Amino acid sequence: MDTTGTVADDIQVDRKQMKVSDEVAIEIKDMNKWFGTFHVLRDINLTVYRGERIVICGPSGSGKSTLIRCINALEEHQKGTIEVDGTRLSSDLKQIDKIRSEVGMCFQHFNLFPHLTILENCTLAPIWVRKTPKKEADETAMHFLRKVKIPEQADKYPGQLSGGQQQRVAIARSLCMKPKIMLFDEPTSALDPEMIKEVLDTMIELAEEGMTMICVTHEMGFARQVANRVIFMADGQIVEQNEPEAFFKHPKSERTQQFLSQILGH
Amino acid sequence: MSDTHAQSVAYVRDTFIAEQAPPTREAGAVKWLRENLFSSIPYTILTLLALFVIWQLLSGFLPWLFGGVWTADSIRGCREVLDGARGGCFAVLTERWNQLLFGFSYPSSQYWRPTLALVLLFVAVAPVLFPDLPRKLLIVTLLYPFTAYWLIWGGTILVPLVALLGVVVGYVAFTYAERRGFAIGLLAAVAAAAVVWWMGGLAAENGQFLLRLTPVQSRDMGGFMLNMILGTVCVSLSLPFGILLALGRQSKLPIIKILCVAFIEFVRGVPLITLLFVANVVLAYFLPPGTNFDLILRVIIMITMFASAYIAEVIRGGLAALPRGQYEAADSLGLDYAQAMRLIILPQALKISIPGIVNVAVGLFKDTTLVSIISMFDVVGMIRGPILASTDWNGVYWELYGFAALLFFVTCYGISQYSQWLERKLATDNR
Repeated sequence: MDTTGTVADDIQVDRKQMKVSDEVAIEIKDMNKWFGTFHVLRDINLTVYRGERIVICGPSGSGKSTLIRCINALEEHQKGTIEVDGTRLSSDLKQIDKIRSEVGMCFQHFNLFPHLTILENCTLAPIWVRKTPKKEADETAMHFLRKVKIPEQADKYPGQLSGGQQQRVAIARSLCMKPKIMLFDEPTSALDPEMIKEVLDTMIELAEEGMTMICVTHEMGFARQVANRVIFMADGQIVEQNEPEAFFKHPKSERTQQFLSQILGH
Repeated sequence: MSDTHAQSVAYVRDTFIAEQAPPTREAGAVKWLRENLFSSIPYTILTLLALFVIWQLLSGFLPWLFGGVWTADSIRGCREVLDGARGGCFAVLTERWNQLLFGFSYPSSQYWRPTLALVLLFVAVAPVLFPDLPRKLLIVTLLYPFTAYWLIWGGTILVPLVALLGVVVGYVAFTYAERRGFAIGLLAAVAAAAVVWWMGGLAAENGQFLLRLTPVQSRDMGGFMLNMILGTVCVSLSLPFGILLALGRQSKLPIIKILCVAFIEFVRGVPLITLLFVANVVLAYFLPPGTNFDLILRVIIMITMFASAYIAEVIRGGLAALPRGQYEAADSLGLDYAQAMRLIILPQALKISIPGIVNVAVGLFKDTTLVSIISMFDVVGMIRGPILASTDWNGVYWELYGFAALLFFVTCYGISQYSQWLERKLATDNR
């Protein structure tokens, strides 16, 4: 049953270029969140430094997605503080929009805008949020579309592209805002196996350029090769975090061991 | 496979068969007839039966239509010409043509004005309906309401000019003040427009005779023109109001939400005819005596309220059909609420809602005939009232109501065909 761990195993990654600075990108302190009466996130403490590649894994329902959705305020937290790039998240809409424009996000189901072409998908936010002139926005968009290797699809609509291509467009769309941090919410879970690799390749390229990334994913190969830190969550809490090497070889908590044997073992 | 000869397995074709026409039974009209009309004995019987019924209907209708009388001065004149033969008395249409279209008190020397307004209407809606036309034509659309008002109601051009100026100044004020927030922008716009309108009102009183067209009172409007005025104005107003109500109903702000829900539920729960009676009779009790609150304006307000409540519900359906991911993607890119709605959510929600919106629009257009009940002489009011009541044409029902039906059918069928074209054009997301 080991399909999740294999796809990225053969990827060679140049780890030397990926440097972690000691500048703080995200700081989460004693954060709690409830859905109604259900306590989804409990006392989350997490500091992310610039240039880090963090992979969050854990059983479903453990709050992984909710955690990263709190970082760009798609979900509201009820207790504790989140600081992104030195700005504290509050209920001030202007503040939230500012943080969101600095934090890129990729969704499991891509969420491209079906009524706009690929190019328009990529230029929309730069033009309306950053007030970039259209010509410049087009150039930036084409630059990033070339980077994710689909410049020839620029004038098509999302419905005409394959899942893997759509997810790469979604990554390009986020990159067009020149974000400082990228969040990935299970970016490969809705894809056919042969398309997973093209998306992971794009993410690895991003990591090699020093992007700060937080990925919720079940791609353990990717975690091993690219991440500098793996976080294991269960029941709304951070159970264990470590460097990938140590995390996979010597998991300390029993809950982690159980989880890893479920997804890696036979 | 072991028992097959090696020679028979390997095979190369050396003569190619040219394309041939299919047998006659399998092509063209013969095939179509066989498959669709005479495929079995019961089908053949049904086909023959249907042909008989169609023949009966047409043999009654066509002589009536083509044997009709187009020139006579009364129903008795028709009967004399027909002399017992079968035929319609269409002379009523030619003799009362202007009354059917413009009502009976619009000054006949001024008929060119509403006619010109109708022609301009097609020019003005074209850039809205067909996105491929140059965007600069939208200026015509913006100017149209003011031009049309001046053409149809007449009076000095200063009145619509001042109204236009107020709108423009309000818009400019809005764009300047919007940076401090949407609400402040809106307030500044309303204040600026009000000042312009107040000062312009004084100017218009002094300039009564500048570019003056013969003024026509609202009570003199009638005929199909009245249906067109009510239909066009109410459809184009109820769409933006419907959108606002639908968004308001989804709002997180409780007071706005409650107000919108209450409005929608109340208006949907009341028949249009009651609202029209309120507009006609009851409102007069509440207004201070002597106020002259235009009847057409009152009716427009009521029909617009009615239609926008329905359109709001149709659009709410469209909004609910959008996946939550679209809202989240728009949010995650840093778009604010207004941008997300305008650029991402509404274009998609409206596209889903097109059939429902067209349904409401067509229904509303036909409902404009209800004003005949509150003694306004639209096309049906004209037929029921002045025309059928006159001794000349008393008894000519089929021709008159058939004509009214034809007018409405042509308009509504046009709207429906356009909406289907638009749906096909906007279908970008199907694979």
